[in-house]
Amino acid sequence: MIRLETDEEKHINFMERIYAGEKIEADDWMPDEYRNVLIKLISMHGISEIMGALPEKEWVPKAPTLKRKLGIMAKVQDEMGHGQLLLRVTEDLIKPLGKTREDIMEDLFNGKLKFHNVFHMEAPTWGDAGLIGWLIDGAAIITQTNMLNASYGPYARALKRICAEEVFHAQHGEAIILALAEGTDEQKRMVQQAVERWWEPLLMFFGPGDAKAVGTSKQDITAKYRIRSKSNEELRQDFFTKYVPRILSIGLTIPDPSMHYDQEQEKWIYQQPDWEKFKEIVRNKGPKSQERLRLRKLSYENNEWVREALARPNDAR
Amino acid sequence: MTELTEPLFKKAVVELLYQLADDDFILAYRGSEWLGLAPHIEEDVAFSSINQDTMGHAAMYYGLLEQLGEGDMDTLSHARGISERKNAVLLELPNGSGHYLKEPRYDWAFTVVRHFYYSHAKKVKLESLKHSSYEPLAHAAVKISMELYYHLMHWTVWFNQLMNAGGEAKRKMLEAISRVEQDFLDVCSLGPLSAEMASLKLIDGDDALMQAFHENMKPVFDALFIPYKGEFQQHSGKGRYGEHTQELHQALATLTEVYRTDPAAAW
Ligand SMILES: [Fe+2]
Ligand SMILES: [Fe+2]
Repeated sequence: MIRLETDEEKHINFMERIYAGEKIEADDWMPDEYRNVLIKLISMHGISEIMGALPEKEWVPKAPTLKRKLGIMAKVQDEMGHGQLLLRVTEDLIKPLGKTREDIMEDLFNGKLKFHNVFHMEAPTWGDAGLIGWLIDGAAIITQTNMLNASYGPYARALKRICAEEVFHAQHGEAIILALAEGTDEQKRMVQQAVERWWEPLLMFFGPGDAKAVGTSKQDITAKYRIRSKSNEELRQDFFTKYVPRILSIGLTIPDPSMHYDQEQEKWIYQQPDWEKFKEIVRNKGPKSQERLRLRKLSYENNEWVREALARPNDAR
Repeated sequence: MTELTEPLFKKAVVELLYQLADDDFILAYRGSEWLGLAPHIEEDVAFSSINQDTMGHAAMYYGLLEQLGEGDMDTLSHARGISERKNAVLLELPNGSGHYLKEPRYDWAFTVVRHFYYSHAKKVKLESLKHSSYEPLAHAAVKISMELYYHLMHWTVWFNQLMNAGGEAKRKMLEAISRVEQDFLDVCSLGPLSAEMASLKLIDGDDALMQAFHENMKPVFDALFIPYKGEFQQHSGKGRYGEHTQELHQALATLTEVYRTDPAAAW
């Protein structure tokens, strides 16, 4: 006799599948909580890739040589490509809810959909353009490789491609930074100032260490569903281990005198960023939040006639 | 065979290379100003790729000039003044009103039409350059043609789609066509050494290029049931003679902002 599975049984089967290391696909049954946390995570990641092209936008034409112009053009194109890829993954997840890409954009404009804190910040010099590639993309590699084995197949596959490209971005950024760090006094100053500007946003990038800092955390849910493995703090520690020695070795100073590795506790000791400020920034109250949202909104309005024309069947002549 | 040791030959090669390099350099810049502002994300990705290719083509031409002892390619692209620039004036015109970082109200119809016309003209030139008596240029033309093939396809799709959509889209497109044609003569012109370039077999002369261009464009218009006039003018100055608009001045200020802080530094 055929008996329909109850939701509870579906849920148990689902959890068994992901704990056995199986991948969940877009059309598979999934708990609402799982779908919702994926939508939140992946749409935020996707829109951050797109908003993340904007701080670098200024520096695309301003890059100082042909080689650098080509390098940064290639990088921002990749970022847009990541955004596109992730929006498509999101679209499949929101389809059963009757939503489309228009809704994603709408959520961005009305502040429901947030983008990464780092992309709300100013990038006033060429040094910032280099630092973004080197350390922001470097930090992104750390958080994204942490999800390469995510239980949701489409996201895991997208991340695989994205991480491969991010490695080139970090190399591109590092090359810019090394040239500046070995350059004139003015160039050295440019890169040191960029490090100082980006240090706190970089610490914030990994998110608060525990729910207490900002009130809520989706860390526990993503761990439960095998979307990510390491915690925010573990990722931040990984970042320190990888980058603190590199930053120091090229003669740069980290703007935190308390920063050191504690042998006994086996961890980096550092000054916590201002998590209240973080909350404000991701609520679109960062120094460049409104300006960058304005750019996107303006292009959305300005190209409305194009979208309309594309949606209309050809009525030639 | 004609040799570089012949002063006129070298002069004509150099002149031609500056035109080709400056055209791609400035149009890649105008294209890159669209970053993050294109009609949809997919187009942002595709357009960025085209701009990157186009900047790469400029770099190849500047590289050929470097080999001819004109100076290093970054100096050639970043340090030459406005009156030394040989790009067609049409390509330096802004994408619309506003600044690429502040209140840009860019015109997608103008962009599609400018790129569509330019890609056709570029194709005509490259076909001719494949047989150039200056071999390095003939080699470059083969490589560049392969990428241009996709650019042309891309802009053809946009051109036809928006023209066929009728309504506001078609009206904007027709407006953009007449705007582009007002300054299109420059794009097909080879400037003061045109006759020499042709007689030295570097590239076909102005008339032959223009005729080939018309032959490519007419079927596109026929298919859209729109009369093709092919009457071009030059209203905003002759770029091949170093005449430019204030717009180029501003564009160069942006393109060279970091470079100018220390042209001698390694970046
Ligand atoms: Fe990315
Ligand atoms: Fe990246």
